Amino acid sequence: MKVTLQNLTKIFPGRGRKNPQPVRAVNSFTLEIPDGKLVGLLGPSGCGKSTMLNLLSGLLEPTEGRIFFGDDDVTGLPAEHRGVGLVFQNYALYPHLTVEQNITFPLENLRGKDRLTKAQMAEKARQAASLVQIQHLMERKPGELSGGQQQRVAIARALVKMPRILLLDEPLSNLDARLRLQTREEIRRIQKQTGITTVFVTHDQEEAMSICDLILVMKEGDLQQMGHPQQVYDDPANLFVAKFLGTPPINTFTGTVRSGGLYLGQQRVLEVGEVPEGDVEVAIRPESFVPEETGPLTCGLDRVEVMGRDVSALCRHGSFTGETFRIIIDADDRQKLTGSTVNFRLKPNKVFLFRRDTGERIRF
Amino acid sequence: MEQNNRKAWLYLLPAMAFLGAFLVYPLVDVLVYSFEEGFNFASQTCFGIGLYNYRYVLSDPYFLQALKNTLILVLITVPVSTGLALLISLGLSSIGKLRQLYQTIFFLPYVTNTLAVGLVFMILFKKTPYSDGLANLVLGLFGAAPVDFISGPYWAKMLVLSLYTIWIVMPFKILILTSALAGVNPTYYAAARVDGTGRLRIFTKITLPMISPTVFYLIITGFIGAFKAYSDAVALFGVDLNAAGMNTLVGYVYDMLYGNSGGYPSYASAAAMLLFAIVLTITCINLLVSRKHIHYV
Amino acid sequence: MNYETIQRRTALARRIGKGITYFLLTLWAIAVLFPFYWMVLTSVKSYGAYNSEWVPKLYTLSPTLENYVNAFSAVPLGGYFLNTILFTLGTTALMLFVTVLAAFAFARLNFRGKNLVFTGFLALMMIPTELVVITNFVTITNLDLRNSFPGLILPSVASVFYIYLLKENFSQIPDELYYAAKVDGTSDLRYLTRVMLPICRPTLITITILKVIECWNSYVWPRLITDDQAYFLVSNGIQEIRENGFGRENIPAMMAAVVVISLPLIVLFLMFRKKIMAGVARGGTKG
Repeated sequence: MKVTLQNLTKIFPGRGRKNPQPVRAVNSFTLEIPDGKLVGLLGPSGCGKSTMLNLLSGLLEPTEGRIFFGDDDVTGLPAEHRGVGLVFQNYALYPHLTVEQNITFPLENLRGKDRLTKAQMAEKARQAASLVQIQHLMERKPGELSGGQQQRVAIARALVKMPRILLLDEPLSNLDARLRLQTREEIRRIQKQTGITTVFVTHDQEEAMSICDLILVMKEGDLQQMGHPQQVYDDPANLFVAKFLGTPPINTFTGTVRSGGLYLGQQRVLEVGEVPEGDVEVAIRPESFVPEETGPLTCGLDRVEVMGRDVSALCRHGSFTGETFRIIIDADDRQKLTGSTVNFRLKPNKVFLFRRDTGERIRF
Repeated sequence: MEQNNRKAWLYLLPAMAFLGAFLVYPLVDVLVYSFEEGFNFASQTCFGIGLYNYRYVLSDPYFLQALKNTLILVLITVPVSTGLALLISLGLSSIGKLRQLYQTIFFLPYVTNTLAVGLVFMILFKKTPYSDGLANLVLGLFGAAPVDFISGPYWAKMLVLSLYTIWIVMPFKILILTSALAGVNPTYYAAARVDGTGRLRIFTKITLPMISPTVFYLIITGFIGAFKAYSDAVALFGVDLNAAGMNTLVGYVYDMLYGNSGGYPSYASAAAMLLFAIVLTITCINLLVSRKHIHYV
Repeated sequence: MNYETIQRRTALARRIGKGITYFLLTLWAIAVLFPFYWMVLTSVKSYGAYNSEWVPKLYTLSPTLENYVNAFSAVPLGGYFLNTILFTLGTTALMLFVTVLAAFAFARLNFRGKNLVFTGFLALMMIPTELVVITNFVTITNLDLRNSFPGLILPSVASVFYIYLLKENFSQIPDELYYAAKVDGTSDLRYLTRVMLPICRPTLITITILKVIECWNSYVWPRLITDDQAYFLVSNGIQEIRENGFGRENIPAMMAAVVVISLPLIVLFLMFRKKIMAGVARGGTKG
């Protein structure tokens, strides 16, 4: 199911003396999510991701704007009638019901011509359970399951009614690191298998980058950028997106553009062509640094760390916005990192310039 | 860790002294009393040991009247007040505005003197030569003939007693149920809504099972409280409850002990033991039943 | 079904539901408040006016305070009040003393048989007061303490539930605090008064208020143990007024007395609303 948002806005009124200001949790979103995609809704805590999800599910009503599922306008349609599947961060499995009863719960709500017999329900529950591989747990209560198993039950419950779209709220945040990797592959597999348009909320960019077809980056209620993960990573629209994506994080410098060249301190480190002259924010991906004896950028070298196939180093530079920054280089270049200073060449496609005042991208 | 036996007992001494003298000793003593036949208060002697006191109490029409009154009161007030409190608590939990105001108002009966407000109920329901009373006037609007609810027919008196009892016990139940409802994680409701669950089904399938331990607790304490009803009856009908035909089990115990028909601590003890036995039985039955029906704690 | 109908229908259902909810809540609020209103209203009607109303009026245009004067002069209401205050203060103070010491022993000190004794204490919560009142009545009578404050107060002092509540609260204070105080050479008693009591002030306030409510409303025990009006508490006073005071028909004066008696607790409640409700919710039962 294709999902279209038009000018979607949610404003929470200010409450009491503590929070007198109204909060714009979602600020005029206009976008289209193509059918059958896995979409990551990404942003730091409190950026409005969960509000967005609740708007899609119908648990919240938007202040302005419209939501379409396919060609149907569902804006005012309450959650009960919207037919979405929602997996909660804490799973929200009913503790007094067995796994099977939890999974059939949504089916028992169907009325009229959609009504199912007991046998049909059991069959659908079995199918959903086998999709997430928990057939053997049907008689247990949620309290007797591990976190990962509860997660699967929650997904089965959301899928069993064949929702028009599937929404996942921080589905991996309550799992331990190993299970997290495994489950995210699982989510990818289930999504591919069912073909249901899925929106997946997370604050972990790595998670979103690894499995999503599309990511949406949000900040303080505003949509920053939407696109394929690699494309967003390679071509961030603004400083926030550049900083938010990537591990280790991107390194930011204060620089100046003069006569077609980018200066960090007194060093002309890159040719940037026709760019308005003046001070800029410079963001350089860690993998953009190539050690070369004649390289234009001279940095202090603090420490070199070899971690498996990656070589990373902590460097210093007067224009860097913090203390030290991390770079990643090819293992072959390991020997070039000696002495107290190293010269680097920069790969131009991994260097981004942003306006000082607005953080907007300056393309070159 | 170091043991400080002597010091600990010293700290416990006041509590042990008070509890021993006024709770433990009386418990044993009342049991003994209840089996001592023909106990004489003045000479502190008795004729013998036996079940006579119990036999006497069980055949005393006043006791049987009190038992009947108490049972009717229990059977009316516990279900009605628990159900009503559940309804009101659900309403309270569903509103945002004015919630605090309503909660404060609903709690007021808890902090009022039972005897004092009972008087107000009495004048509202009493029919006097000067006035039929407000309750009768309201009923009159619906075409009912005036009834004296305070010294008139039995069912009328029972009705007022039940109404007043419910009025008195509601604050506690509403408070406990409201906090139980507030303790249910709201994502369960959100999950149920997203799954297309109707309001009634959310209530029966999610809310009720989740708060069932609290509901059972309230039913047990409600039963016990209603079996111990006394001061509300006094407030409405005066101290001579036997004459009014509205005595309760506790009232019977006190009347046996003291007052116009008093001076029989042995009978009072036997009656009190019977009351204790009833309360204990109900507690046990409820515990057994609740263990079957409470799905999780 | 088409979406707009569903939308309209659910919006309507929601509005109707809200309306019914507020209606029911308001109905119960009226049921709760009306007796209070009626008691205040009746108390400011004059005796003559009240008795001439075959149809009681829901308001009065000529309020009078004469009933309040009457309530204090015709019956010793002031005396009942004073007795109740003395009884409440005495009982509550003694209860706090006993409870604090016992809770401290259970929470902080180690002694042989502690668990056994504590379990025994908890079991005592099952004993209904109605059962032990008989012997207590005999005990107090034999001690010749009827119609006296010790006779009123002593059997009402100890309360297992409050010991339990305070002990639970004491146990939450981290042990490190106690060891630190020990190292500094603080005695147990000083630690109790300087550290534990201030930390547990909210609980202490809660149990104090609950006990005050209990004392203010106590009726059964005072009725058994006093037959001299000089020792009546307000509940007994009210009952006495109802049976013999003012002449049975002076309802307005009776209501004035009822208002005066009810007011202190209502004021206390409105002042400590949150504390009282939280305290009761933590498991207090009335009586």
